[in-house]
Amino acid sequence: MNRYLLPLFIFIALVILLAVGLSLDPRKVPSPFIGKPAPAFNLPQLHDDSKIIKPADFKGHVWLLNVWASWCVSCRQEHPLLMELANSKQVPVYGLNYKDDQADAILWLKQWGNPYQASAFDSAGGTGIDWGVYGVPETFVIDKDGIIRHKHIGALKRSDLDETIMPLVKKLQSAAQG
Amino acid sequence: MIPELGNFALILALSMALVQASLPVIGAWKNIPEWIALARPAAWMQLLFILIAFGCLTYTFIVHDFSVAYVAHNSNTQLPLLYRVSAVWGGHEGSLLLWALSLSIWTGAVTLFSRSVPQAMVARVVGVMGMVSVGFLLFMILTSNPFERLFPVPMEGRDLNPLLQDFGLVIHPPMLYMGYVGFSVAFAFAIAAMLGGRLDAAWAKWSRPWTNIAWMFLTLGIALGSWWAYYELGWGGWWFWDPVENASFMPWLMGTALMHSLATTEKRGSFKAWTVLLAIFAFSLSLLGTFLVRSGVLTSVHAFATDPTRGVFILIFLAVVVGGSLLLYAIRAPQIRSASQFDLVSRDTALLFNNVILVVACISILLGTLYPLVVDALGIGKISVGPPYFNSVFIPLTMPLAILVGVGAMMRWKHDEITRLTRKLWPVLLASIVIGIVLMMLYTSEVKVMAVVGIVLALWVTGTTLLGFWDRIKGKGNVLRALGKVPLGFYGMSVAHLGIGVFIVGITLTSLYSTEKDVRLVPGEKYELGGYEFTFKGVTRKKGPNYIAHEGNLHVTKDNKLIAFLQPQKRIYRTQPKPMTEAAIDAGLTRDLFVALGEPLGAENAWSVRLYHKPFIRWIWLGAVFMALGGLLAACDKRYRQQNKRNENKRAVV
Amino acid sequence: MQLTKKTIYLLFLFFSTSVYAGVEVHSFANQQQEQQYIKLTEELRCLVCQNQNLAGSDAELAQDLRKQIIEMIDAGKSEEEIIEYMVARYGDFVLYRPPLDQRTFILWVGPFLILLTGLIVLVVFVRRQQHKEKPTLSAEQQVKAKKLLNEEGDE
Repeated sequence: MNRYLLPLFIFIALVILLAVGLSLDPRKVPSPFIGKPAPAFNLPQLHDDSKIIKPADFKGHVWLLNVWASWCVSCRQEHPLLMELANSKQVPVYGLNYKDDQADAILWLKQWGNPYQASAFDSAGGTGIDWGVYGVPETFVIDKDGIIRHKHIGALKRSDLDETIMPLVKKLQSAAQG
Repeated sequence: MIPELGNFALILALSMALVQASLPVIGAWKNIPEWIALARPAAWMQLLFILIAFGCLTYTFIVHDFSVAYVAHNSNTQLPLLYRVSAVWGGHEGSLLLWALSLSIWTGAVTLFSRSVPQAMVARVVGVMGMVSVGFLLFMILTSNPFERLFPVPMEGRDLNPLLQDFGLVIHPPMLYMGYVGFSVAFAFAIAAMLGGRLDAAWAKWSRPWTNIAWMFLTLGIALGSWWAYYELGWGGWWFWDPVENASFMPWLMGTALMHSLATTEKRGSFKAWTVLLAIFAFSLSLLGTFLVRSGVLTSVHAFATDPTRGVFILIFLAVVVGGSLLLYAIRAPQIRSASQFDLVSRDTALLFNNVILVVACISILLGTLYPLVVDALGIGKISVGPPYFNSVFIPLTMPLAILVGVGAMMRWKHDEITRLTRKLWPVLLASIVIGIVLMMLYTSEVKVMAVVGIVLALWVTGTTLLGFWDRIKGKGNVLRALGKVPLGFYGMSVAHLGIGVFIVGITLTSLYSTEKDVRLVPGEKYELGGYEFTFKGVTRKKGPNYIAHEGNLHVTKDNKLIAFLQPQKRIYRTQPKPMTEAAIDAGLTRDLFVALGEPLGAENAWSVRLYHKPFIRWIWLGAVFMALGGLLAACDKRYRQQNKRNENKRAVV
Repeated sequence: MQLTKKTIYLLFLFFSTSVYAGVEVHSFANQQQEQQYIKLTEELRCLVCQNQNLAGSDAELAQDLRKQIIEMIDAGKSEEEIIEYMVARYGDFVLYRPPLDQRTFILWVGPFLILLTGLIVLVVFVRRQQHKEKPTLSAEQQVKAKKLLNEEGDE
């Protein structure tokens, strides 16, 4: 084997890398919170300013946090799926209403249905930043100990629920609290 | 009708390209003169059909034929005529047609200007270029046809991205593509030489002017892109090390190395295998750039709408073309004999050093560009690699090059002495340091070390280049006569190297002494920046052909003398929800004043405004223009136009 | 459904980028803080854009993050603290200056290693071909050769 083959071999490695790259999405940013405690927040509820909602309330249960807003088009797309999920009562879903107008948000839920046990009202978006939210919608799976176990970016599809999220939820639900 | 005609023309072009890619090459191999002679007519027919297709597409845009999907996605009834034409290459499909057109123009040019090249060689060169054409035409016809119809026909088009509705973006792609594609000529010559078994100084001589012209176009194309980004994107930056910018810069670096290596191969008959490899690399990087921009593998503001199927096609094409050439290289290179002998201190070594630096710089940029992909592919996370990385790697790497550029041009071939060089150069060094420090102290009270280093380096480059030029003409009698006797190639080299000095001044001063400020201004309020006074006169509404705008009005004065009226705009295009900024710039040789309009801030008609003072920023592009001019001069050297048949048949050493 | 003044977040973007610089009016306590702000907004990435920094983007998230940075600078936080804040929430992706760790070792060190390799190869190659047998020339030929070679300045 002569050394003149070296450029060819390096090139082949490059092609393999690029081929793998075709199957990846350079824009998806994974969450650094996987396996870490859910960031705390202390927000008023969307429907009732006097009530406070915070993650510590949900210790002992597995729950989903869905980040949504009335101005978000993709949220409409995943909404029916969320309604279905909420009605099946398999796992409680809480909402984080992100950078929205309170009246608009309440109206949106009234119009399309409310899948959330409660929605936290994050008008300034500070909690969103704390959770590393960079686009809407996003969905988090949090376990009984308040650790974030999964983040889904973008509108939920049935396959996401069936193949990834619900199996994870079931697994976490059967695990004992730490 | 016209779109169908265009589509048909593409298919005919493809068939011509297939002929061009096969018969002449086989003819050269099997010595069939009739097939060798097919190269030129096939190339010209291909050019004709592609011109027809291009014409059809342009016509379709001009008459607003939204039944063609590509037109519907990139045009609009309100779009001014100039941009309807430039929209032809504004999107993915049309830009491929521009690529194919560029390639067929270069091929035509090769058939015209190769009278001193043996027919069999021309046949192979044209054949190889034909193979590349086949790839692009096939890609277009199979996955990205610009003539595809849309049904139902929309009443209105989606519009050309407003960012592209700009003069800079009209000429930037054609220039860039002429550059990218132009490297295919040197590539084709290298492949043809390896196929034919003749790799001598003549081959290098034939390749040089083509490489210089392609390099010139690429230099201009990149400079235009940088200039455009500066005035259009509104944050004063002129280079972001974005993957697509890097995709154009890497072939440029490799092309620069190639130009210098070709010079050595022609003069000294050395480094033949290495020069061949560089020619392959330069064009491969052009193709890689095509892949990166259209496959979606990397995120970029410049990327065309992406589609994995297209990505797969280009990757296969890339693998075949580059893999094939590297395989051919691996087979042929061991047989290539380079006759040369030179000492460690010699121009030969200096040029090798030039090559090492340029190639390492190119590899570094490739590494940085692809690294996020590597990390992602290995599943170990997601990182970003941006300007902080590239700047901290690239600048130290290229400084030795700037130091050596004038020196190398003065060194003797084969053997030189350090003492001789030191004797000549230390006055230049001293002068550069002294003048540099003095100039900086005169220019500003805030003298920064890096600024002094940059200016001294620029002076050194200029000084050594001028000294080299002086050496060339001195002692040759009458100055004017001596100037006349200097070959254009030498002028070209000197001008290009001077361009480097100019460029260094530009980036040094602009990077270190730019000032910017975001301010809230009410009408009548002033702000001082960089020694200039900006007086805000309020905002009015304006109407354009396909947009409405808020137009700010600022008076700029210095020492109470009126310098400029600046009218930055915030435009809302009819077809885009988001507003676009049009900065107002007062351009100058020694500084730019740049104003961008922000947001209305409520009470008292206040607006937020961004002000910039950018010293010597134009020198960056001026330097590039010098470099491009240098390349042009070098290519026009009369040696390339001489019919030197008698030399070629001597010692056809492979 | 009523759209508010806020811009729409389309998560998987393929429209044009936010095309104007984020103009953020704020008076910092001193020049140093202002420089720090400029540096941070240039070195932090806008996550919803197609490769832009926070300084160059007007996306809403970019605006929010710039305001967050301003708040933190005003509160006296150091550059490291602000970077740590961003990385904790968005990961290393948000840094345009990649951190130096196990994964990025090759990235940072690679170029200089390659340079070193290149230079070594260069010197070895030049040395090696020097020791090839030189063709011998007569004294007259040597003078002629020297004269030709000294016609320097050939490009």
